[in-house]
Amino acid sequence: MRKTLLFLALPLALAACHHDEQAAQSGADATFEANLQQQLLDAKPGSVIDIPAGHYHLQRGLSLRTDGVTIKGAGMDKTVLSFKGQVVGPEGLLVNANDFTIENLALEDTKGDALKINQGKNITIRGVRVEWTGGPKTTNGAYGLYPVKTQNVLIEDSVVIGASDAGIYVGQSHTIVVRRNRAEYNVAGIEIENSVNADVYENTATHNTGGILVFNMPNLSQAGHSTRVFKNQVIDNNTDNFAAKGAAVASVPRGSGVVVNSNDKVEIFDNDIVDSQTANVIISSYFSTNYYNTKGVAADYNPYPKGIFIYDNRFKGGGDSPDGLKFKTLKTAVYGLNGKFPDILWDGYVDEKSLVDGLPPANDRFCIQNGDVGVINADGPHDYKNPSTDTKPYQCTLPKLPPVVLDPEPKA
Amino acid sequence: MTLSTKLFFLLSLLLLTACHRDLDPVAFQADGRPPKLSDWHVVEVRDGKLVLNQGVVPYDLNTPLFTDYAHKLRTIWMPKGVSAKYDPTDTFDFPVGTVISKTFYYPRTADGKFSDVARTFDTSKDFAGEGLDLSQVHLVETRILVHRESGWAAIPYVWKDDQSDAMLARTGAVIPLTLVDDKAAREDFNYVVPDESQCSSCHAQDWVSRKIHPIGPKARHLNRDYHYAAGDENELAHLVKVGYLSGAPAPADAPRNANWADEHASLDARARAYLDINCGHCHNPKGAANTTGLTLDVSVPEDRHLGICKPPVAAGRGTGDHLFDIVPGQPDDSILPFRMNSADPGTMMPELGRSTVHREGVALIKAWIASQSGGCVAIH
Repeated sequence: MRKTLLFLALPLALAACHHDEQAAQSGADATFEANLQQQLLDAKPGSVIDIPAGHYHLQRGLSLRTDGVTIKGAGMDKTVLSFKGQVVGPEGLLVNANDFTIENLALEDTKGDALKINQGKNITIRGVRVEWTGGPKTTNGAYGLYPVKTQNVLIEDSVVIGASDAGIYVGQSHTIVVRRNRAEYNVAGIEIENSVNADVYENTATHNTGGILVFNMPNLSQAGHSTRVFKNQVIDNNTDNFAAKGAAVASVPRGSGVVVNSNDKVEIFDNDIVDSQTANVIISSYFSTNYYNTKGVAADYNPYPKGIFIYDNRFKGGGDSPDGLKFKTLKTAVYGLNGKFPDILWDGYVDEKSLVDGLPPANDRFCIQNGDVGVINADGPHDYKNPSTDTKPYQCTLPKLPPVVLDPEPKA
Repeated sequence: MTLSTKLFFLLSLLLLTACHRDLDPVAFQADGRPPKLSDWHVVEVRDGKLVLNQGVVPYDLNTPLFTDYAHKLRTIWMPKGVSAKYDPTDTFDFPVGTVISKTFYYPRTADGKFSDVARTFDTSKDFAGEGLDLSQVHLVETRILVHRESGWAAIPYVWKDDQSDAMLARTGAVIPLTLVDDKAAREDFNYVVPDESQCSSCHAQDWVSRKIHPIGPKARHLNRDYHYAAGDENELAHLVKVGYLSGAPAPADAPRNANWADEHASLDARARAYLDINCGHCHNPKGAANTTGLTLDVSVPEDRHLGICKPPVAAGRGTGDHLFDIVPGQPDDSILPFRMNSADPGTMMPELGRSTVHREGVALIKAWIASQSGGCVAIH
């Protein structure tokens, strides 16, 4: 394996002097940036680009188009690439390649997305921190870790803070494992969108607007299905929604734990879902986003969530201060001024044409096996006029999804 | 070829040769990256002018990509005895050995500093067909696209301040300049030379194969007249005449994009031509932006694929608080002109290749959206 050592002579002292708010790029930073760009251009399959500890200011987004490259830092708090003074973007790092690994470094304050991997298979993101250091702001970049149109993807032991859309966002991909990450102060902590076969487990999602999202958007290359969300800590996701309007996640109410929108075959089990003030779990259709219009949405798009199975989670708190006038009014109407929503909120949209004796076909049902957990059907289709708290319609089970197996397994 | 055409061709060749007898022949570099632009002998500085070597044919596009108001001298050269195969839709099938160059430059302002450059589209005073008078222009960069056995390679060169040659700049450059308009209003900006990999961001129009291709030399962009040294002529016809293109129909039978600035053309044709060249290299069914479901090349029908009432997918704050890419009749509620009207790296589109707003381009797209009827009504 080729191994390329980067700038042995780079002064380590640099790390100490970058706590100011200036985005100024020093001569050493400029040299670093040019050398790093050169390494990315020169990379061959098998190249390992080592970036030593240090805090480096970059002006320009980086990109890589060679298969089989590994980028390694000295640790997510030791090797920091800061894009605070970025003049060319939009990403921090854009990758269009297969067999890519990035680990143990941080990307800070990119103008747009931090790490975008567009088209590629066998992608490993490990121990990467993405952070917008000024806290949650609409002007922060949209996505933190952002593989799209990829397959065989592992994101683990990473941290994403402050994304104005989704911290970890896997889109239009398949065979995905997202585990042991921490997502906080993003609009969406972790989002799986239009993807097939994803396991999301042992993550901590906290202080986001919505903790973990599984969405299907219209007009894209594939419809998503088969995601398992399990063993996660989804806690106190009550940050005000700071997404720009029009972004899909702008429709997510503050205080959402796990949200499924228009996606199919989603299993939510064995999670701790705690203190999300709108609801700990929300199941909804694309109609509730207010973006649905017949001109702009493909005719074959299915906006209904189908085959949703929720079981054995540990719910606590939440539902006590829902976001938005409609939900507040609904909560007060059904549960009283001091009452709270139950743990599961369903917007109530269902494909009427598919119903058999008033219920969806067996495998399309919405099933709950979670003790005496409450559910409210908000009756969205009739503007919340006739909500129902009856839990009988959800007393069913669904076949469990098999675990996602990465093949090939990522390099350790 | 008729006898008279042959004679004309020979005569032109002789005339051209006379101008460039001190230049070494164009050097197709089969591999590597020569350190100086002059190593290619495509365009070279001679006697205060940037001149074109023998066989180097200049061309223009009906509607060009906007690059911070830079003017562009585009050229094409091919080895003897080979030609490109015509295609009605895609980039012509150029033979190995083809060298395409694009030199970005600005007219200088009267009495201005060297970093003061004119904000103008008027290229009529540039004499680009015969070369550029260095006392009148500021050369910024020249990009070489060379077709090798291994495929196309993109190699960027940045001009030295003394304008004597351009030097290899694989990692690109950031060059502070000031745009000065004809009322002397000034706008400082960073002209950004892309690095080699960023070149591919636009030139790889298929993000699975990742192969790069020239963008401009397509029938619809070249089907126009050019002011050659020997007089005006249709570019397709000229390329056929000099032997660089085979299989082309008569220009009247080839597709032709509108000139975005030609007010005799329909608003729709101008807007679609503008979106095609500025956006279609990524926003096509195989391109980098196919993740968005938005297609902006000239072939897309006028429906949601073009963005009409289409909710954005991954625009993030690039939505500018708007719900749809295009709201017919409502340009100020539409995402497309919002992103075009930004120079912020996290918001603007295209995301590379400019640091300033193309005001006239924004005005065109806004006028086009304003002319559409309908609106977008959400259903619940």
